[in-house]
Amino acid sequence: MDLIVCIKRVPQTAEAEVKIDGSGKDIVKDRLTFDMNEADSYALEEAILLKEKSGGNITAVSLGSAEAEDTLRIALAKGADSAIRIKLEDFGELDGFKTAALIREAIKDIKFDAILTGCMSTDDSYYQVGPTLAEMLGIPHATLVSKIEVADQKAHVHRELEGGLIEHLEMSLPAVFAVQTGINEPRYASLIAIRRAAGKEIKVIGKEEISSEAKLNSTLEELFIPPVGERAEILTGTPDEVSKRTAEIIKEKGLI
Amino acid sequence: MDFGLTNDQKMLQDQVRKFADAELAPVAAEIDKSGEFPWANLKKMAQLGLLGVVVPEKYGGSGFDFVSLAIAIEEISRACATTGVIVAVNNSLTTFPILQFSSEEQKSKYLPLLCSGKKIGAFGLTEPDAGSDVVSLESTARLEGDHYVLNGTKRFSTNAGEAGIFIVFAYTNKEMKHKGISAFVVERDTPGFSLGNHEDLMGIRATANCELIFEDAKIPKENLIGKEGDGFKICMSTLDVSRIDIGAQAVGIAQSALDESVKYSKERKAFGQPICNFEMIQSMLAEMATQIQAARLLVYYAGYCKDTGMTRFSRESAMSKYYASDIAVDVTRKAVQIHGGYGYSKDYIVERLYRDAKILELYEGTSEIQKIVIARELIR
Amino acid sequence: MILEKRHDDFRAKLREFTEGEVAPRAPELDKKDEFPWDLVKRMAELDLMAIYVPREYGGAGLDSLHYAIAVEEIGRVCGSTGIFLAAHASLGVFPVYYAGNEEQKKKWLIPMARGEKIGSFGLTEPDAGSDAAATKTTAVRKGDKYLVNGVKRFITSGSIADVIVFTATDDPSKGYHGISAFVVEKGTPGFTYGKDEDKLGLRGSITSELIFEDCEIPESNLLGKEGDGFKIFMETLDGGRISIGALALGIAQGALDAAVKFTKANKKSGKPIYKLQSTQSTIAEMATEIEAARLLVYQAAALKDAGMPYLKEAAMAKYYASTIGTKVANLAIDIHGMYGVTLDFPVERFIRDEKLMEIGEGTSEIQKIVIARQILGK
Repeated sequence: MDLIVCIKRVPQTAEAEVKIDGSGKDIVKDRLTFDMNEADSYALEEAILLKEKSGGNITAVSLGSAEAEDTLRIALAKGADSAIRIKLEDFGELDGFKTAALIREAIKDIKFDAILTGCMSTDDSYYQVGPTLAEMLGIPHATLVSKIEVADQKAHVHRELEGGLIEHLEMSLPAVFAVQTGINEPRYASLIAIRRAAGKEIKVIGKEEISSEAKLNSTLEELFIPPVGERAEILTGTPDEVSKRTAEIIKEKGLI
Repeated sequence: MDFGLTNDQKMLQDQVRKFADAELAPVAAEIDKSGEFPWANLKKMAQLGLLGVVVPEKYGGSGFDFVSLAIAIEEISRACATTGVIVAVNNSLTTFPILQFSSEEQKSKYLPLLCSGKKIGAFGLTEPDAGSDVVSLESTARLEGDHYVLNGTKRFSTNAGEAGIFIVFAYTNKEMKHKGISAFVVERDTPGFSLGNHEDLMGIRATANCELIFEDAKIPKENLIGKEGDGFKICMSTLDVSRIDIGAQAVGIAQSALDESVKYSKERKAFGQPICNFEMIQSMLAEMATQIQAARLLVYYAGYCKDTGMTRFSRESAMSKYYASDIAVDVTRKAVQIHGGYGYSKDYIVERLYRDAKILELYEGTSEIQKIVIARELIR
Repeated sequence: MILEKRHDDFRAKLREFTEGEVAPRAPELDKKDEFPWDLVKRMAELDLMAIYVPREYGGAGLDSLHYAIAVEEIGRVCGSTGIFLAAHASLGVFPVYYAGNEEQKKKWLIPMARGEKIGSFGLTEPDAGSDAAATKTTAVRKGDKYLVNGVKRFITSGSIADVIVFTATDDPSKGYHGISAFVVEKGTPGFTYGKDEDKLGLRGSITSELIFEDCEIPESNLLGKEGDGFKIFMETLDGGRISIGALALGIAQGALDAAVKFTKANKKSGKPIYKLQSTQSTIAEMATEIEAARLLVYQAAALKDAGMPYLKEAAMAKYYASTIGTKVANLAIDIHGMYGVTLDFPVERFIRDEKLMEIGEGTSEIQKIVIARQILGK
């Protein structure tokens, strides 16, 4: 089973103090650390598990700057067979639509049975690339995938819905699966695998190789941190005073 | 020296860090409390190839260099200093002398066992009355037919309580002073070899630190490492390598103390603001960060000297061990200080780090011994 | 110290100059408060005046690591000559190289890089040292000129420099947004000097007061745009920290070398001093801290050369090297005993020279705040 995994290198912003840069459209990234997008690491692990069951090849694809090659190399160490970097620096501003269009062009000569992506990236949170790529390729897709089993050129996938429901789908291949975090337990690359992957070549393609005039569907106007806590009132005093004041506020607002 | 890491070193750092954060850090407090040797950690690390980092692939190792080994030890120690030193002893005090000085036969026999974690290694040098002063050893080994008969007692041997393979030093010829010391590979089930008192330590509590007792222990002749009388040389060049890893362990412990302090200083409020806003706290954090970075560079530099085939790097190795252990004690003390009373409580990691750091100044040559090594090289 | 061969070769060649020509001059420069014009001429001939500046602008076309090594090696024998070079190359040359337009580079950078003109940097004021945003010197636009008024203090090479980069604000209430960087040339009407400082150490270097009284600066002397001053001097100081770290390192190494030499040549209670464990302990501490400082300085330079962020590392290099530098120089005196405080041995000069490293171009306290902000992500 030949597989393509889409991987994005993203800044780790969960615990950092994020600041907006001079352009007003991006964050200051100088001292942030970067890593493989969380959901993508699950997609990669799922691809490796599928390959371990039924053989085949895994191609890891990333649209990113030169540093994304570090992330792709980790994918190679964990079990991908080859890697492609699409030069971010050649294509300017991106949205989910344009990203999908560029990936489609980059993989057009590669034979595959399935494409796995993370269901979202933690930086842009578009939830778009997987489904859009599937539509562009004219193949089925499933999002929020929490289980994949393949037999007889059919995939049985589980999707995680609100309220603890699971949807079980049968899908024809090839297809795109946008994978949910928690679907498996991503492995660590062994030292030997790291050493072997360190020297592997990563194919880099840019505007010379990708002829398509991929366009933006939306343009970013502004990125900002909303003012916080304007409607919050911090109550101080003894527990008795605070509870009394809380009760008053609830009454004032007509909530009881 | 290149101040940037190579691709494979960067990847190793990334993966070991993630592994240590997810798998080692969560169990570190429990290991410290119970004092139980962390076999589960070692099994996982064996799978990743962390038990034989510099051993070539053909003997079951990972084939990395010594800077990479230091990076790995630092990351492991950042999460769990006990596990860090266990791995350091297995790598540099056990696999290294075998790899460097043993016969092909012994390499093929012992290295795969040590790299796979089927057996863990330990190092028997220190004796009740001979520590850093190697020439005062009292253990003896005399050849009788196809066996050496080994007698003596070794103390403070990390991993010993759980180890399967030991590197042991003894005199084969006392008259020849340091040129009469020999090194042996000793297996746990050797007749006449037993374990003595188990040390109850202030820090790195789950390292199975134990006494070794040899009473007419029969060691097969082929388990002599190198030739008779090579022991001193083997010991010194092994310590040159292993001190780099104790330096790396120190950097890991100190980095953890800084990380915890940064986190705490942002959360903890005093006089209406986070304490990280106070210049006195910032001053301590800056000192800690600078000391750690200086120590890390000394460790990398010593590893680099080894990797580039410098025959003598005793000075660089001693500097890395002396400086990193010195600052680790200072940095963990500052970390407790920043945490205030909470830093004295087992609810916070820094309490453990403070205890774990102290032994760094003592084992594998005290700071005083390191200074003598450094001064001797300078004044020659 | 292992570096690339080209760095080792560069150091070896430099030693011929520093040992042969600089070291013999160092004691008298200090004693007589003499500025080393002869050594400046030689440094120009040896292409040391702007090591990291490309050849097309008159520099040596090497990297920051070469430059750090040069300052270290000169500092090892003479702090005064070292601080002159550091101030010229990092503070005079750099802002013109970094922010100057082609015309300005032709006019000032090339002659400074060739050593035909001496450069200097006027930032500190009587009431604004490390807190550079508090600049009170004003530059008010009048047609195609700026009218400058104010005083700058503690300016290395100020009164001998031909080209001085300085900062001024169009409105002190605007803080750092209002600061611009200009060049003033020696002899400009309205630009005069106060008294040169009489200092503890670095006595062969010149430290001046610069006075601007209705001094007219043509608009062609503005570096970058109006308001770029803060950015320009921050960038200048980032690089300057590496050179002060290198100088502190060099002086410390000079102190250690002197101490080792003394322990070999002298006896105490009938025993060579180097055989005493207390001496060995001191020597080992000194050597280890110097090696750590060296790695921090070189790392900062290597990061700068690689185009990577180096602010935190440069602050660490400067803070650490100067802190251990004064400690090491002090211990070197201790090893000499009473001899250490006589003018017969160089260590009393080393400790006087080294002390400035903890103060100039941002005190240790400021460096620590810079480092803390970086690790706190602020």
